[in-house]
Amino acid sequence: MRITATSIIALRALRRNKLRSVLTALGIIIGVAAVIAMVSIGNGAKSQVEGQIASLGQNVITVFPGSSNTGGMRGGWGSSSSLTIEDAQAIEREIAGVVAVSGEVRDRQQVLANGMNWNTSVLGESPGYLSIRAWELESGSMFTEADERSTAKVAVIGQTVMTNLFPDGDPVGHTIRIRNLPFKILGVLKPKGFNFFGSDQDDVVIVPTTSAMRRVARRQNLSSILIQAQTPESMPRIQQDVNDLLQQRRGGREPDFNVRNQMELAEAATATSKTMTALLGAIAGISLIVGGIGIMNIMLVSVTERTREIGIRLAIGAHDRDVRLQFLIEAMILSVLGGVFGVVLGIGVSEIVSTQLGWPVLVSTLSVVLAVGVSAIIGMVFGFYPAHKASQLDPIDALRFE
Amino acid sequence: MKPVVQLEDIYKTYSNGEVQVHAVRGVTLQIHSGEFVAVMGSSGSGKSTLMNILGCLDRPTKGRYLLDDVDTSNMERNERADLRNQKLGFVFQGFNLLARTTALENVELPMLYSPSRVSSSEMRTRALRALEIVGLADRADHLPNQLSGGQQQRVAIARALVNNPQILLADEPTGNLDSKTSVEVMGVFQRLNDEGITIVMVTHELDIAHYCKRNLIVRDGRIVRDEMVPNRLFSKVEMERIRGAEAAAKLIHAS
Repeated sequence: MRITATSIIALRALRRNKLRSVLTALGIIIGVAAVIAMVSIGNGAKSQVEGQIASLGQNVITVFPGSSNTGGMRGGWGSSSSLTIEDAQAIEREIAGVVAVSGEVRDRQQVLANGMNWNTSVLGESPGYLSIRAWELESGSMFTEADERSTAKVAVIGQTVMTNLFPDGDPVGHTIRIRNLPFKILGVLKPKGFNFFGSDQDDVVIVPTTSAMRRVARRQNLSSILIQAQTPESMPRIQQDVNDLLQQRRGGREPDFNVRNQMELAEAATATSKTMTALLGAIAGISLIVGGIGIMNIMLVSVTERTREIGIRLAIGAHDRDVRLQFLIEAMILSVLGGVFGVVLGIGVSEIVSTQLGWPVLVSTLSVVLAVGVSAIIGMVFGFYPAHKASQLDPIDALRFE
Repeated sequence: MKPVVQLEDIYKTYSNGEVQVHAVRGVTLQIHSGEFVAVMGSSGSGKSTLMNILGCLDRPTKGRYLLDDVDTSNMERNERADLRNQKLGFVFQGFNLLARTTALENVELPMLYSPSRVSSSEMRTRALRALEIVGLADRADHLPNQLSGGQQQRVAIARALVNNPQILLADEPTGNLDSKTSVEVMGVFQRLNDEGITIVMVTHELDIAHYCKRNLIVRDGRIVRDEMVPNRLFSKVEMERIRGAEAAAKLIHAS
């Protein structure tokens, strides 16, 4: 094969028609750029959703109370007051593969400190809560099991609470008053931002579960039980075990609880963003194919326009495969160069989108490799027909062509 | 000595729908090395078809064509392409240079299609040498549209020479040129022929045919006359005469 020589010929031919070459490649450039930008935006959205879900905690199973039934009036899920702190303890004690359990009590209270006040959510949790939520402390420390046993008046607070009640700085060691009771601040949590549902996760005061039950919410039951499994694979088994255990603890009564797996939520959310990525990718893919057809179109025009040139080449000794290879290489060069410039443009557009619109953007190596690969294949596929057509010309007819 | 070209009872018939066109009917011809032949005839006489067969661009319907003692009649498309590349050099009426391509690159073209690989430095040297032979080494970087008709045809001759062919085939090489430039180009052919290159050309101009050594007249697909040129014209002498005439007509300064 005379690939080197043919490549030189193809490059010379492209150089002779600079403007047309650039315009032809533009179809592929735009197609590839669209693929890269669209997939990057889709991926960015997906990773943002995944990040938000991860911020809810890893491998978390949640037990919600069942529905209440007061004199025939049935409440919805979570309305009954059936979960107890003993349930939480039993789960921690009896189920294998559990890393942490936190009986959760939710309440809203007006909290006071520094002569200021702020309405925030007060959560009663176990010390394991931070591990469950994958949350870290910015300063100070978390309360302990001992604090929980002694219903201690201690708390850790979120960033939003801190900025609103302690604008001047480190609140560790100070006290805040909840329901007129002084709670000592042991630590400040790192910022976590808004959650998947749009509420501020940092607007929170966390106290031991027992303290929350007795001193803040003044109730005997839990809002929910959070369970962290060791591995994602063990989650279905643990979910089943928790279900069985709680059922067993309730004897023969109707189940008044509901065990949920966080993965279900995650799957639903990522499915949406996957659909979006696929949709954007499909639209961009269509533009890539249109670009390929543009190449075929130009190559066909080029074959007709250059019939005489092909005739000269055949007359002075080009084999049909030399001519075919020349046109194929021309199409390939156009589409691969178009692909490369398209990748650059696509990454550029992604950058502009992320800086100007503030959207999260994630350029994946796979999409880059795929886009360049696909554009090379497009060059081959759409270049083949015109190339073949050129190679089959009769040199005498081609030379006579005006 | 064996002839370079040996045509044995060549026929070429085109079937154009139901009508059969007998373009060449029974041509037998031998051309020896060092000859300078003009094929003459009116249009439709079959001289172009004969030329295409000689150039291995077309295959005879019947008959045998031995080029350099090799039978080409049953060769495949690509084998004939190699033959055109290695043993034949073409000069066309319309020059047929690649547009927007420098003279040097045009001359390099046949080497790009050589069956054996030619290094790019060797291509350059050989192309420059070929341009030197036709006196255009200083125009190597010019594009065809920057060259006059005569210069373009000389580039085409250089391209035809670059692979050292057995025969130079020229199809109406002076057809697009004025009479003075025609004489110039014929001068190039005469010089090449003096150096031993075999040349076969088609022309319908009688005076141009007189620069050749042997004239073939083709009519109705047959060679009706085959003779040596009795009073051959020489480009050098003719150029002197033309210059003298131009000076007399005040077209140029008399030197």
